[in-house]
Amino acid sequence: MEIANIVDKCPGTVKEVIIGATKDEGGTRGKSITVGGSNCIPFMDFDGSPGHKPAIAMDVYDIPPEEWPEPLMKHYADVVDNPANWAKKCVEFGADLICLKLDGIHPDKKNISASETVSTVKSILEAVDIPLIIWGCENDERDNEILPKVSEATKGERCLIGSVTQDNYKTITAVCLADGHNLITQAPVDINIGKQINILVADLGFPTDRIVMFQTTGALGYGIEYCYSIHERARIAALSGDRQMSFPIICDVGHEAWRSKESKARDDEVPQWGSFADRGKMWEAITATTLMQSGVDIIRMNHPEAVSIVKKHIENLT
Amino acid sequence: MITLAERINGMFLDVKKAIKERDPSVIHELAKKQTEAGATYLDINVGTAAADQEDAMRWLVEATQEAVKTPIAIDSQKLSVIKAGLEVVKNDVMINSAQGDPEVLDTYMPLAKKHNAALICLTMNKEGIPQNIDTRIEIAAEIAGKAMEHDMDMDKIFIDPILFTISVDQKQPAYMLEVFNQIKLISDPPPHITVGLSNLSQGTKEKSLISRTFLTMAIAAGMDTALMDVLDTELMDAAICAEMLLNKQIYSDSFLKAARR
Repeated sequence: MEIANIVDKCPGTVKEVIIGATKDEGGTRGKSITVGGSNCIPFMDFDGSPGHKPAIAMDVYDIPPEEWPEPLMKHYADVVDNPANWAKKCVEFGADLICLKLDGIHPDKKNISASETVSTVKSILEAVDIPLIIWGCENDERDNEILPKVSEATKGERCLIGSVTQDNYKTITAVCLADGHNLITQAPVDINIGKQINILVADLGFPTDRIVMFQTTGALGYGIEYCYSIHERARIAALSGDRQMSFPIICDVGHEAWRSKESKARDDEVPQWGSFADRGKMWEAITATTLMQSGVDIIRMNHPEAVSIVKKHIENLT
Repeated sequence: MITLAERINGMFLDVKKAIKERDPSVIHELAKKQTEAGATYLDINVGTAAADQEDAMRWLVEATQEAVKTPIAIDSQKLSVIKAGLEVVKNDVMINSAQGDPEVLDTYMPLAKKHNAALICLTMNKEGIPQNIDTRIEIAAEIAGKAMEHDMDMDKIFIDPILFTISVDQKQPAYMLEVFNQIKLISDPPPHITVGLSNLSQGTKEKSLISRTFLTMAIAAGMDTALMDVLDTELMDAAICAEMLLNKQIYSDSFLKAARR
């Protein structure tokens, strides 16, 4: 008996976004990373092309993180005050991309200046040759002051810069447009605002093959189901042909997983929860592998072993 | 939704004159305007006035293609006129239309396949247009069956259950909604469902309102394609809004503007 072909074909495809530019392309990266390109439900490669594998971006902060638990901090203790060395370490751990998070520019933290931030960014570009994500502090005033300087200083490197929201997008969108960078559009776990910000940046003439969406992330036990369903709905909209939602998705797993109490509580506080040394990295790995099923293209992570678990999982699924 | 723009039709005086004088500028402008308004297909119908309908169709298709790359729906009751259009068409193409008799479909479906064309099939046969729901559904099912027999992709089949003018039969719009609902069930995946929307309000004083009210009801019942006045922005916006309300498009504050592009 002939078996009926029940392949689900999708009319839409997630756009491909290229991050990083090599010397030939006007930058200094050893290679670029392409994300997106899927035209089927994640990992259902019998239905269509699953596109590019999810890429792992490892976080580097411009100031030493204050609240990292010891099982995470021990991997970075010697480099947390030197972002360039930190980035080198991430490359050794298998990072596809470096995500430089500029927490230190926030007025409530170190209020670091634009020139100092530009030097930090340049030191990372010199230290490693993988593509760079540069993420502000989410204080609109400081982001609008610092990110244009950073964008200009990295012109030609085709970084991924963010984030912009529906209330603050014009300045950063304009500089990323001028300097040839990609852009992260952010919405607070809200599919309607997620679409709106994409329309707003496209209205400014920003090319739609340079947009990556951030729907904000919740870790396992901290709203992962909301985040999952938003990713899923965004991806199904993209596959159904919604041009304003057909962009790759980035999620922030590392930061969210490591601020959970399950990652922070010591053995003597909750002996019944299992080993403190293992809990956090498992929390991070499970959050990442769960969200991968919802359709994510870039995963921000922290713990080297969690990264290797997730990379192995990606290999198994693709 | 999939829209067939209705303005390039010899029944309109400007088009009739353009055909007669072989003046492509009128056709160019209509092709561009309707494409900008969001037409998925440009329907091309030579009307009844042209002496040589085959030649008129060839000329209209070529004139349209000079202006735009928008897909074209070749609209005629005569096979020879449709073939004339297919000879010169370069853009993606749809045949509008074939009647639902098996022997007619046996001619039109291989023709559509040969040209990789979509095909509108009417739920009528040599006995005329059925006056009830059941016979319309029966013919629709026969059309779907023929499509499978000819190994046609169901995505290329558009079933038109034939919408009359409101003045002919006022019970009809309501039972047409039932027809749409049932056509969706005749195969999986189902064929597309289309109507000649402007027929409904022909001769009335409230054409635009009647068209857009029925359009939103019809979209809710499963109709996804219509031959219509795409230059009526309120009508186009009503379709966009209906699809958003049915969760076919994600809402955002600028959803209308975004969907109009």
